[in-house]
Amino acid sequence: MLAYIIRRVLYAFPIIMGVNLLTTVLFFYVNTPDDMARKILGEKNITQEAIENWKRDRGYDLPVFINTEEKGLAMITQTIFFQKSLPLLWFDFGRSDRNNIDIGREIQKRMWPSLSISLPMFIIGIMANLTFAMLIAFYRGTYLDIWGVVLCVIMMSISTLFYIIGGQYLLGKVLKLFPISGYDTGIYSIKFIILPVIIGVISTMGVGIRFYRTVFLEEINKDYIRTASAKGLSETRVLFKHALKNAMIPVLTNVVVSIPFLFYGSLIMEAFFAIPGLGSFTIDAIQAQDFAIVRSMVYLGSILYIVGLILTDISYTLVDPRIRLE
Amino acid sequence: MPHPLSRVLALGIFLVFFTGGCIPNNPYRPSERGKNIFYTSFDEPPKHLDPARSYSSNEYDFIAQIYEPPLQYHYLKRPYELIPLTAESVPVPVYLDKNNNVLPPDAPPDRIHRAIYEIRIKRGIMYQNHPAFAKDKDGRPLYMDLTDDDLDGIEEIKDFPFTGTRELRADDYIYQIMRLADPLNHSPILSILEKYILGLREFADALKKELEEIRKERRKRAGAAYNQLLDERRNPIVLDYRKFPLPGVEKVDDYTFRIILKTKYPQFVYWLAMPFFSPVPEEVVRFYKQGPLEERNITIDRFPVGTGPFRMETYNPNMEIVLVRNENFRGERYPEEGEPGDMEKGLLEDAGKEMPFIDRIVFKLEKEAIPRWNKFLQGYYDSSGITSDSFDQAVTLSAEGKAELTDFMKEKGIRLVTAVRPSTYYMGFNMLDDVVGGYTDEKKKLRQAISIALDYEEFIDIFNNGRGIPAMSPIPPGIFGYLKGKEGINPFVYTWDEKKKKPVRKGIEEARRLLAEAGYPGGRDRSGRPLVITFDNAWTGVDAKPIINWFIKRLKLLGIQLENRTTDYNRFQEKMLKGNFQLFSWGWNADYPDPENFFFLLVGANSKVKFMGENAANYSNPEFDRLFRLMENMDNTPERLEIIRKMIRILQEDAPWVWGYHPVSFGLFHQWVRNTKPNAMANNTMKYIRIDAKLREMKRMEWNRPNFMPLIVVLVVLVVGSIPAVISVRRRLSGSFTP
Repeated sequence: MLAYIIRRVLYAFPIIMGVNLLTTVLFFYVNTPDDMARKILGEKNITQEAIENWKRDRGYDLPVFINTEEKGLAMITQTIFFQKSLPLLWFDFGRSDRNNIDIGREIQKRMWPSLSISLPMFIIGIMANLTFAMLIAFYRGTYLDIWGVVLCVIMMSISTLFYIIGGQYLLGKVLKLFPISGYDTGIYSIKFIILPVIIGVISTMGVGIRFYRTVFLEEINKDYIRTASAKGLSETRVLFKHALKNAMIPVLTNVVVSIPFLFYGSLIMEAFFAIPGLGSFTIDAIQAQDFAIVRSMVYLGSILYIVGLILTDISYTLVDPRIRLE
Repeated sequence: MPHPLSRVLALGIFLVFFTGGCIPNNPYRPSERGKNIFYTSFDEPPKHLDPARSYSSNEYDFIAQIYEPPLQYHYLKRPYELIPLTAESVPVPVYLDKNNNVLPPDAPPDRIHRAIYEIRIKRGIMYQNHPAFAKDKDGRPLYMDLTDDDLDGIEEIKDFPFTGTRELRADDYIYQIMRLADPLNHSPILSILEKYILGLREFADALKKELEEIRKERRKRAGAAYNQLLDERRNPIVLDYRKFPLPGVEKVDDYTFRIILKTKYPQFVYWLAMPFFSPVPEEVVRFYKQGPLEERNITIDRFPVGTGPFRMETYNPNMEIVLVRNENFRGERYPEEGEPGDMEKGLLEDAGKEMPFIDRIVFKLEKEAIPRWNKFLQGYYDSSGITSDSFDQAVTLSAEGKAELTDFMKEKGIRLVTAVRPSTYYMGFNMLDDVVGGYTDEKKKLRQAISIALDYEEFIDIFNNGRGIPAMSPIPPGIFGYLKGKEGINPFVYTWDEKKKKPVRKGIEEARRLLAEAGYPGGRDRSGRPLVITFDNAWTGVDAKPIINWFIKRLKLLGIQLENRTTDYNRFQEKMLKGNFQLFSWGWNADYPDPENFFFLLVGANSKVKFMGENAANYSNPEFDRLFRLMENMDNTPERLEIIRKMIRILQEDAPWVWGYHPVSFGLFHQWVRNTKPNAMANNTMKYIRIDAKLREMKRMEWNRPNFMPLIVVLVVLVVGSIPAVISVRRRLSGSFTP
């Protein structure tokens, strides 16, 4: 398995560099460094000299890929792509274009508020979804199943925004049980986490329950379940011991790959609840045309995605002895 | 022994209900209850807090409470009046001719060779406590040449164990003026000030050259592997300003300095009230320019150091920014006089008392309007603006169009404060365009017809909830040169209704007549083709489409086809720079209360296409330009007013802009907030605010009593509802399993 993991990690290098290359191409296809300078320097009294000065300071006066004014190795090293991509290899994300802050430190700082919301939301969400899905599967074909599915479809059809605004209105404004929004550090963060977690869990229940119900029903209709029941096993034993275990492959595919992205947080949730996480970090950077942050977050995203896929593969071996990673 | 689950439950209940001081929805810590703290919000993290760079009102909300330029605006008096802040008096310029002879104040501008502003600062003004001032026993800076090890456990300025202070000196102002020319600071006003301050351009060029030489040297040493960003992060460059002369700034003594201008520029004193001219000590800059500190994001751009009433305690722009009372603040008295009516409004109750009145200001980041508004209504924010979504809940318009609070807001004791902002939102024509530009009678009539058709009274009612005043010229109310009543109307767009005593927009028939005279009868040219005008804007978001449709609909009344070209802001700016547009929408907020700051937007020498200036319409009228040159150097005299009138009339006739409107800001304050008066020019207003923290605490308790009943009902329903399911499961389990 170790050889497999090493091989996958080595495969990841060209993928990550490819993603980085693509990000650079796309970003500079849409924006010129002049555009970035204008956006970042502001609206008033911006002269061409100020734009050139900003580009010079931030290293955007260099050509993107090949510097024909240089000779030898410097033709490659004295370019935007090289100067900004190389430090990424040792996770030096550099400084943001917009306000010159250290991106690595900012990510470290903002990761925790994101995790404080997304982790409980993720764990409670999976537990709730699996429980309700199994309950519905248990009552398959009955009115509970039919109305459960209808309720799931209704819940799926409602926008997340509605859950957030509705939840804030009902639980925060009308019942006055939780702060409407905000965040604090340490133990004081708890009261700010409860409401977004409740809303986050409820808003994803429709999709989750339906998905897991389908997975369980598919398993329940397989021959080995019939065999198990023919052996005289109880329904709970069949469901929990046999069906649940075999349904874990699609469940894990869905769950494990999203674990690394918990760091990323949720954009809407963080904006509405004023949570200082990573969710809004990337979107704010795109709006501000902050290439340094966009590049760093895409780079981090591609690494997390690859990590998620490797973790998923490893998790398969844990639940299915037939799978071997070689 | 209690069950572990019950312990967890008990802890949960304790945390939820008691960490907020018995009110579960209280977002603040129990330790803040009843404290003299002002709570407000911000919707976007500030970009820069360095006074050399910061140029946005949302940044001034913070730094204006910390930094102190020599002058400030009187908080209560109108029209706006400059008064000393750290200066002993408002400087009066001394004019010299070419032979250094002193000229009288009313000397003609062309005779004035130098204008000298001598600023004398008050003695005994101390800086806030800060590690940059901390010294060791030998008197050397304690925190210089810092290493990563030295900064173990330090994430913010408040983490430094030792601090110091020192007296404000003239050198600090001089150093800051030099910082404006430093290419590393990207000051947005360098391009303006270099036109006036003697030798500033040359000084900036010298610094730029020096910077390039340093970089060249470093590049040479590092070879092909040179990475400028990495290099300057580890070893920040600090330019030595003393190596180069700046004749435009002179130190007289420790408390006096002079700024020498190349020409007469009466508006210069207004700049002395802006944060750009705040004092910045050299040792503070040198302290911050240390690699390990920059790597920790501890920079002057995030942690200001000033002499003002407040200092920054916490800077977490993604969550909150906290300012606390500056222990070393010298004390300043609340104004003893204001404008008529201020006494009746209770604005002089604190006259003569020492400021600031509040101990802390907590700014919370709230990106979304709905939670911000709801928290204001719950009493957790002391002040609020009004968005379109909450307008109907907050304000009703009387039959006369006067804004009043709704009964709901009155019951809460909330106060409404309105003020016309010194801003103009306008539609501009590209005067270089073959169709809508030009200065012939036909072209003027075409633009006048469009100006009539775009009914801004309707626009303000529909899209701004009545919060605006239709503009007659670029000059907003409150600025010298703004004319009220009949004499102030734009006669090319309005007539005066003597009975109602108000301007009435000319009818659409008049616009059609003008259009026909312009060569477009019924909106078609002589060959019968429809007149198509492109409209460039950078409006995005949900509100944009109805606004654009309104413009299209209004011009359709004339038979003109308006072709919308919405783009992102960069593309929009690019079109403006290249002149690739016909009609556009933009706005301007005043830097200072002088008509020059609006008229310069229409001066030929500031054409955006030709000179990259701020004249986006590329308007150029020699007579207007001539009058501008006369007016810009004059004091506010009747002669100046007469020139301004002439200029306005030229603009109204040429109609390079559809004058649009001047926005009116609506601010809401809770009953426990005192001394609130909108001041569009001053930014250092927090020191005047007083709050009644006891009353606020009482009202918060009253407004936020939790209601647990629905929660209990839901829990009971769930428990009761699950009983049949449990019974059913038990029954099924006792039977056989059928897949």
